[in-house]
Amino acid sequence: MISSTCLKEKMDTAKIDRIIDKHQGEASALIQVLLEIQSENNWLPKEVLAQVSEKLQVPLSQIQHIATFYKAFSLVPKGRHQVHICMGTACHVRGAARVLDKVQNLTGIKPGETDLELKFSLETVNCLGCCALGPVIEIDGKTHGKISPAKTSDVIASYD
Amino acid sequence: MPRINSPVELEAFRQEIVSKRDPNKPCITLCSGTACHATGSKEVALAIEQELENQGLTNKVGFRRTGCHGFCEKGPIVVIDPEEICYLQVTPEDVPEIISSTIKEHQVIDRLVYADPTTGEKTAHEPDIPFYKHQQRMVFGANRRIAPQSIEDYLANDGGKALIKALFELTPDQVITEVKDAGLRGRGGAGFPSGVKWEFARKSPGEPKYVVVNCDEGDPGAYMDRSLMEGNPFGVLEGLVIGAYAIGSHEGYFYVRQEYPLALENLSIAIERAEEHGLLGKDILGSGFDFDVKVHRGAGAFVCGEETALLKSLEGKAGEPRPRPPYPAVKGLWDKPTNINNVETWANVPLIINKGAQAFASIGTEGSKGTKIFSLVGKINNTGLVEVPMGISLRDVIFEIGGGIPNGKKFKAVQTGGPSGGCIPEELLDLKVGFDELTKAGSMMGSGGMIIMDEDTCMVDVARYFINFLTDESCGKCVPCREGLRQMHKILTRITEGKGKASDIATLESLAETAVEASLCALGSTAANPFLSTFRYFKDEYTAHIEDKRCPALACKQLISYYIDPAKCTGCGLCLKNCPDEAIDGGKQKIHIIDQEKCTNCGTCFDVCPAKFSSVIKISGEPVPAPIPEDKRTIVRKKKSK
Repeated sequence: MISSTCLKEKMDTAKIDRIIDKHQGEASALIQVLLEIQSENNWLPKEVLAQVSEKLQVPLSQIQHIATFYKAFSLVPKGRHQVHICMGTACHVRGAARVLDKVQNLTGIKPGETDLELKFSLETVNCLGCCALGPVIEIDGKTHGKISPAKTSDVIASYD
Repeated sequence: MPRINSPVELEAFRQEIVSKRDPNKPCITLCSGTACHATGSKEVALAIEQELENQGLTNKVGFRRTGCHGFCEKGPIVVIDPEEICYLQVTPEDVPEIISSTIKEHQVIDRLVYADPTTGEKTAHEPDIPFYKHQQRMVFGANRRIAPQSIEDYLANDGGKALIKALFELTPDQVITEVKDAGLRGRGGAGFPSGVKWEFARKSPGEPKYVVVNCDEGDPGAYMDRSLMEGNPFGVLEGLVIGAYAIGSHEGYFYVRQEYPLALENLSIAIERAEEHGLLGKDILGSGFDFDVKVHRGAGAFVCGEETALLKSLEGKAGEPRPRPPYPAVKGLWDKPTNINNVETWANVPLIINKGAQAFASIGTEGSKGTKIFSLVGKINNTGLVEVPMGISLRDVIFEIGGGIPNGKKFKAVQTGGPSGGCIPEELLDLKVGFDELTKAGSMMGSGGMIIMDEDTCMVDVARYFINFLTDESCGKCVPCREGLRQMHKILTRITEGKGKASDIATLESLAETAVEASLCALGSTAANPFLSTFRYFKDEYTAHIEDKRCPALACKQLISYYIDPAKCTGCGLCLKNCPDEAIDGGKQKIHIIDQEKCTNCGTCFDVCPAKFSSVIKISGEPVPAPIPEDKRTIVRKKKSK
């Protein structure tokens, strides 16, 4: 398990202040602030949430409510490669569940988890809007369409 | 570009743009929507730019990258104007030939044009392709002619005309009357008359008033709002400004789903351009009307598509719905009168103002006017976005435009209305598409997703899938939705695993009834629809699962076994090689056998067995035949006679 302190170096307090200032420090901008921190840092460490709470004058409990309510936020570190498996209806009827099974077998992790080497983080998503290409998996923003369980092995193996 | 301060200046600017454009100049249009992007349109774009430069044509041939054209199945799509020659599934390698043959010599490249999947007949001219021919693209059509970040393209295509008409020729009340008379109903799902909603907000006491664009398009399999936002953000913006004028609002918000980065980018640029040109901000076009907009990114919560949840989220809080009334028109954002419409609804507004309420109302059925964009996905030949007049039959959409079901399979059902919609069976295919018609059939319009299912789709599994989706997305505030869905999901899962009990149906029905009656918001009150509609039309599938422990569609993993038909196996060894569980026994010239003890039902053998042999079969509800005796496993090939 990686402690949150060593990753915090990347996300210094000045940078967080800048993000908050950009949104003029309004309490209503909380979600936008957290989204930006999430996309810069890939996850939301506890210390960062405390800083946001203090700066925006929003109770930490409310920030935690939001950070756990919305799916875009992660309170644990993420792997180097983000694997998103589309479980939208169009992909579902074209066999997405079997693709998910295969990816779980290959990576040893379930949706929402990150492996111990911090290589892959696996998430299921509800629709990527590429229904013509279903079933679809997206790794680090690249779309792999018309994927079958058999093809999945090659795709996963191509990431290190 | 200096600010435009009057309608006259805008018309002069438009004329200047149009006069510089030669309609006969060849122009290459490349679809760069999300689906085409995923199939490589970026690489095609680079190739086109490079090739035009190589052949010294950069100034002689126009090149435009647009939003989604809709025919996602066949992307990347290239259209060459003015001839409207449409090339499908274009790769960078095709580009030099397109430029040297089609652009220079006006020759059509046969292999890149549309070919009918059954007759093989070729169609090069875009409007003649069956997928486009039967559509009526009033709202979505502009996508094909406009580079989303170019205000010049927008103005050259009559953009801004509705805005001028509304601000300078009509009073706010007249605008509302037009929208009411047009019969426009909300395209986001509920189908509430938009003009009536606007009037509520206008008449509600309290200042300031807000207008909001709901682009939190969460229904899986529906992506028309994203495509409009990506492809024609100016059109949505124009509709919003007209609505704001009618309602008396000076501040608006776009709530855009976080998963739509391209929509966010194009929208932000469009807002900037509109501000620079005086189409947004203070004293719009010198009319004295002020209006500003802000963009808010969603953070991934399906329930935020519900209007009261969306407003909470805009305020920076967790998006939990609250009971209505009071409606947002009375008590909305920061408790002020607020009007929310979805993207497609706003995009229809300029059309109504330009063409008039009567022209708009002449299209459609009695209760549903205008056109609707549907996303046709699932087991369908022509996956994509289609815009059709209300009142068209489901059969026409699925078979005329959609091209029917792939691989000669049989149509089973079409699911409409998003996760909480319903499944419509084959016998209702002649149903006319409209808000009331779909509701009567036990489904709903929703935001316009149409998921086509064929004989291989298990309806119990589909119900389980949607209930699972909704369980996951339930915000947890009220019990009938939070707990009721969880229980329904548990029972449906049990049924698909062959552990269903005879009493399960009655329990499901009672949980469904409670969720419908007692949930706080539309998510919960419609959440039981997937079960109710599949049970209504496909009761026999439920019975087969519960009583015979059989999945008729051969889809439920726990209810099927894989078996190699000894009569068909040729001993090719592909299944043996690919089986991840070493459950297959085989060898050269030997009929392969699946060890049912070791098999985990992953289906790999079924996938890899070549179609010409099709020796791996699925069995459900009956015992797997015993493996053939060892001495009969050798395959004796007939020698070819010389």
